[in-house]
Amino acid sequence: MSWIRLLRVAAGPATGGLLLAVLAGAGAAGAAVGLMAVSAWLISRAALHPPVLHLMVAIVAVRAFGLGRGVLRYAERLAGHDAALRVLGRLRARVFARLAELAPAGLAGYRRADLAERLAADVDAVLDMLTRVLLPYAVAVLVGTGSVLLVGAYSPLTGLTLAAGLVLIGAAVPVLQARAARRADGRRAPLRAGLATGTADLLHGLPDLLAYDAARARLAGLADTGARLRGAEQRSAAMAGVSAAVTALVTGVCLLVGLAAGAVAVRSGELSGELLAVVVLTPLAVFETAAGLPVAAQHFAAARASLRRLADVLATPAPVVAPVAPVAVPDGPHTLRLERVGAAWTPGRTVLHDIDLELAPGARVALVGPSGCGKSTVAALMVRFLDPTAGRVTLDGVDLRRIAPERIRQIVGYLPEDAYLFDTTIAANLRIGAPDATDDRLRSVLAQARLLDWVDTLPDGLETLVGEHGRALSGGQRRRLVLARALLADFRVLILDEPTEHLDDETAAALLDDLLAAAAGRSVLVITHRTDIASRVDEVIELAAPSSLARS
Amino acid sequence: MKPLDPRLLRYARGTRAYLVATVVLGVILAALIVAQATLLAHGITAVFLDGAGAGDLLPTLVALAAVVAGRAAIAWAQETVAARSSAAVKSELRTRLLAHLVALGPGRGPDTGAVTALVTRGLDALDAYFARYLPQLVLAALVPAVVLARLLPADLTATLTIALTLPLIPVFMALVGLHTQAANRRQFRLLARLSHHFLDVVAGLTTLKIFGRAGAQAATIRRISAEQRHLTMRTLRIAFLSSLVLELLATLSVALVAVGIGLRLVSGHLDLTTALLVLILAPEAYLPLRQVGAHYHASTEGLAAAEEAFAILETPAPTSGSAPAPAGTIVFDDVLVRFRGRDALRLSARVEPGEVVALSGPSGCGKSTAFNVLLGFVTPDRGRVVVGGVDLATVDPAAWRSTIAWVPQRPYLFAGTVRDNIALGRMPTALPAPPTAFAQCFTGDGLGAPGPEVAAAARLAGADSFISALPDGYDTALGDDGSGLSAGQRQRIAVARAFLRDAPIVLLDEPTANLDQVTADEIMAAVRRLARGRTVLLAAHRPELIALADRVIDLGPPPDEAVPVRSPAVDPAQPVGAR
Repeated sequence: MSWIRLLRVAAGPATGGLLLAVLAGAGAAGAAVGLMAVSAWLISRAALHPPVLHLMVAIVAVRAFGLGRGVLRYAERLAGHDAALRVLGRLRARVFARLAELAPAGLAGYRRADLAERLAADVDAVLDMLTRVLLPYAVAVLVGTGSVLLVGAYSPLTGLTLAAGLVLIGAAVPVLQARAARRADGRRAPLRAGLATGTADLLHGLPDLLAYDAARARLAGLADTGARLRGAEQRSAAMAGVSAAVTALVTGVCLLVGLAAGAVAVRSGELSGELLAVVVLTPLAVFETAAGLPVAAQHFAAARASLRRLADVLATPAPVVAPVAPVAVPDGPHTLRLERVGAAWTPGRTVLHDIDLELAPGARVALVGPSGCGKSTVAALMVRFLDPTAGRVTLDGVDLRRIAPERIRQIVGYLPEDAYLFDTTIAANLRIGAPDATDDRLRSVLAQARLLDWVDTLPDGLETLVGEHGRALSGGQRRRLVLARALLADFRVLILDEPTEHLDDETAAALLDDLLAAAAGRSVLVITHRTDIASRVDEVIELAAPSSLARS
Repeated sequence: MKPLDPRLLRYARGTRAYLVATVVLGVILAALIVAQATLLAHGITAVFLDGAGAGDLLPTLVALAAVVAGRAAIAWAQETVAARSSAAVKSELRTRLLAHLVALGPGRGPDTGAVTALVTRGLDALDAYFARYLPQLVLAALVPAVVLARLLPADLTATLTIALTLPLIPVFMALVGLHTQAANRRQFRLLARLSHHFLDVVAGLTTLKIFGRAGAQAATIRRISAEQRHLTMRTLRIAFLSSLVLELLATLSVALVAVGIGLRLVSGHLDLTTALLVLILAPEAYLPLRQVGAHYHASTEGLAAAEEAFAILETPAPTSGSAPAPAGTIVFDDVLVRFRGRDALRLSARVEPGEVVALSGPSGCGKSTAFNVLLGFVTPDRGRVVVGGVDLATVDPAAWRSTIAWVPQRPYLFAGTVRDNIALGRMPTALPAPPTAFAQCFTGDGLGAPGPEVAAAARLAGADSFISALPDGYDTALGDDGSGLSAGQRQRIAVARAFLRDAPIVLLDEPTANLDQVTADEIMAAVRRLARGRTVLLAAHRPELIALADRVIDLGPPPDEAVPVRSPAVDPAQPVGAR
C-alpha cells in the first residue's frame, strides 16, 4: 500500500472539512492581496484629487478586506485542524488494528520501543501532512493563480515574473531543498529511532548498567547518537536558510521587474499611472502567502517518510490468515492435537520438528524439557499465533487454519511466561479476561490464585494500581494476578507456561494444586522445567533439545 | 509565561550567543525594510507623477537591487543561525537530561515512556521556538521602533495611528496567553499519557490478543483519540482566537491607515511619496508582531517541553561519597529500610571476606532490598552499611560497585549481540567515534571484551552450549529486552556477566530460579567455583542452593505485607531489575 492510498483512505470521511478549510484559507490570503492591491490603487487615485465619492467603493473594499482576513484565517485553521485530528484518530486505530493482527509472530522484526515511536510519531505526521503541507499548498495555488491573472492583466511581464517566482518558491526551491535534505532526513529517522531505543534501554536497564559500570558508556553512546542527530539537523538548517534567502530574492526581483516594466509601460501609455503602484506592490502581499511554502515542503518530506513507514507496517504480511469460510466448532469437550508438526518463527529456522501431542478433554498434561527446546512454540501453535511449517494442529479434528482465530482463542487460553500487566488497576487488569465480570467474580478468582487475602489488605483493594509493567507488585504477586486473569477468562483448554516461576517451593506446589483444582473439567497443558510435576498430572511429555519427543 | 525562560540560558549555553546574533540581524533587517520602502515610494512617484522613464530610474533600481540582495543574505543568516542553535540546544538538553537521569539512579525519574517521548519528540518543540518565535520576538521589538522613527518626520497622523494600535497587540497576546498556558500544559500531559498508553498496549498486544481484547483496545484508542481531538480543539479555539484578534487589529489598522492617507491625499494634505511610504511600511510594522502571535502556541509548546526537562534536571540527585572502595568485612549495622509506611528490610549482620552467605526467607522478606542497599540503589532509613570499617555512604558508588558482580532476579538484556550483553561493563567508557553507523554505539561491536574471555565466562555459566547453537553464535543480535531467549537463557547470560566481572564480591539473586534441574546443577557447581576466594551473598529459597552457603541468614517472614503504590518510584522490596 502506498502512503498516498493510506492517506486517501484515512482522510476520506474528513474531505468536507478539508475543503472548507481550503476555501476559507484562500479567502483569507485573497483578502490580504486584495487589501494591498485596492489600497495601492486608492492612494494612487487619491493623488489625482478626485471627488471622494469616486473612492467610496475602494474604501469599503479596503475595510472589508481588513476585516475578512482575520476571520477567514481563523475559520481555516479551526476547520483544518479539526479535520486533520479526525483523520489522525482513524489512522491511529487502523495502525493499531493491523499491529494486533501481526502480533506476536509478525512483529518479531521490530523492537517494542520502535513500535511505540512509530505509532506516536509516524501517525502524528498525518497532522503535518494535512495542516502544514496540503492546506498551505492548496491555498497558495488558488491565490497565486488569481494574483498572477490580476497583475498580468496590467503588466504581462510582471505577471510572468510573479508566476515564475511563485513556481520557483513553491516548487523548485522545495525540490532542491528536498534533494539536499533527503540524505540528512534519511539519516535523522534511524538516529531518532536509535535515540528512542537507546533511551528506553538506558532507563529500563539502569540498575544493570550502574552495577556493571556501563552507564557511562551507554551515555557516551547516546550522546554520540545525539551529536549525530544534531549534525544531521544542522545540515538541513543551511538548506532552510537557502530557501528563505531565495524567497527574499525572488520577492525583490519581482519588485524590481514590476517597477522597471511598469515605468516603461507607463511611459509608453500602455499602463495607466494610477495602476503602477498596484503592479509593483501587489506581489509583496502574494509573496507573504507564498513564503510559507518552502517550510511546508520541508514538512512534506518528513511526513511522507513517516506515512511510508506506516504503510510498510500495514503491508507486513500477517503470520496467520483467518479462513474465509471458518468451520464452526461447537461447545463441548475439546481435543487439541499436534500431528507431526514442524514450526519456525523465522523461515528456515526450525525450532520444532515432527512433534505429536494430544490434549484430550479434561486431560492434565505436562510438557517438560530444557530451556529453549521449543516448549513455548508448542503453545504459540495451539493458539494459532503461528502456523506449523509441517504437519497440522487440530481442534476436535478440524485444522486450526480452518477455524476463526477468535474462536480458537475463546476455547484455548494461553498464559505465557511473560504475561503482561497493564499500567492500570488490579480490577482492570483482571477484566481483560472477562470485561463484564462482577467484583465478586474477581474476588473469587483472586481467591483461587491465593491473592485475595493480600488484595484485601490494600487500602484501595481491587482499585489498586499495579504500576508500569506491574512494577508495584512482587514477582510472585504478578504471577498470581495473571493466573487469576486466565482463570477468569474461563477457557476450556488452558496452556500454562511456567505458571509457578518466581515462587518459593511451598507456594509453588500449593499454587499448582489450587490451579489444577480450579481448572477442574478443563484440559490443562502445563509447560514447565519443574521435575516434581509428574505426580500432579496424567501424563508427562518430555521435549528434548533439539526438538524430538519422547513419552515417559 | 515568560517569553524566555532564564533557565534556558543556564542549561543551554548556545542560547545566549544566539540571542545576540538575532538582535544584530534584526537591526540590519529593520534598516533594509525602511530603505526598500523609501526607494519604492520614490520610484513609483517619479514614474507616476513626474513622468520618469526606466533610464531615469536606474539609480533607484540599482539601490533597490542592493537592498534586495542584503535582505536575502539576512534571511539566510537568520534561518541558519536559528536552526543550528536549536539543534545545539536540544542536543545539550538531551545529554544533560540523560546524564541526570543516570545520576538520579533507578526509579527516581518519571516513567520511561514520558522520558523517551521528551527526549525524542518533546524537545523538538524547541525548534519552532528558536526558529520562529524568538527571532520574531526580537523583530517585534526592533522593526516597529525603526519604522515609526522613519514615519514620524513624514506623517504624524499615520505614525500616531500605528503607535496607538501596536501596543494593543501585546496586551491581547498576554490576555489570551494566560488562557492558553494552562491548556497547553494539559495538552502536553495528555500527549505524554497517550504515548504511555500506546507503549503499554503495544507491549501487551500478545496478552490482549490471547483474551480477544485487541479489538476493544482499538476502540479505546479511537475513544482517546476523539477525546484528544476535543481537548486539542478547545485549546486551539482559544489559541487561534489570539491570532484572530491580532490579525484583525493589524489588518484593520492597515486598512484604516490606508483609507486615512487616501482621504488626506485627496484633500491635498499629503504627498504621494509619503502616502506610499506609509502604505508600504504600515504592514511591515505589524508583521513581526502578527508572526509572534502566529507562533505563540509553538512557543508555549517549546517552553512547556523545556520546563518538563528542567523539572527533571532540578530533581536533586542523591548525595554520594567520594572515598575509594573499601574491602573487608561487610557489616549491616541495624539497617532499616522503610517504604510507604512499612518495614521493607530489617537487617543486622556481618559477612566476613571469603564467606558464602545465603539470605533466606519467603518472597518479600527483603532479600532483594538487602542487595539494593548494598548496591546503593536504596538508601537505608536507619542504620548503615560498613565495609572494612568504612561507612558506605562516604564511598564513591561507582568505585564500590566495581568490586561487585550482581546477578539480578530479572536481568535486563540490551539491544546488541549476546557477546556485548555478557561483556557489559567491559566496554571502554569513552567510545571511539566509529566511522560506520550509529548502531555501533549500541552494539559496541568490536569494542567489548575479547572473545575467548566471553566464551569462557559463558562456559562457566552453562550458557556456551545454547549460545553456540544460536544462528550467529555470540554475534547473534538480541531483540527487545532479550526477546527470543527463554527466561533461563537470559539468566545464564546474566550469570556469565558475573563470571566475566571477576569481582571480589558476588551478589546472586535467586540464580537458579528460572533454570531446569540440569542447568541449575551446573550453575550451582559454577557458583561453588566462583565462590573460591570471594565473598558471596546468595538470595535463595531452594534448599539445594542454600546448601551451597557456609552460613544462612534467615530474614524471616516479610516485615510487613507488601503494599503496592500509586507512584512509579522504585519499591525497595522489589528487585530493581525486575520489570
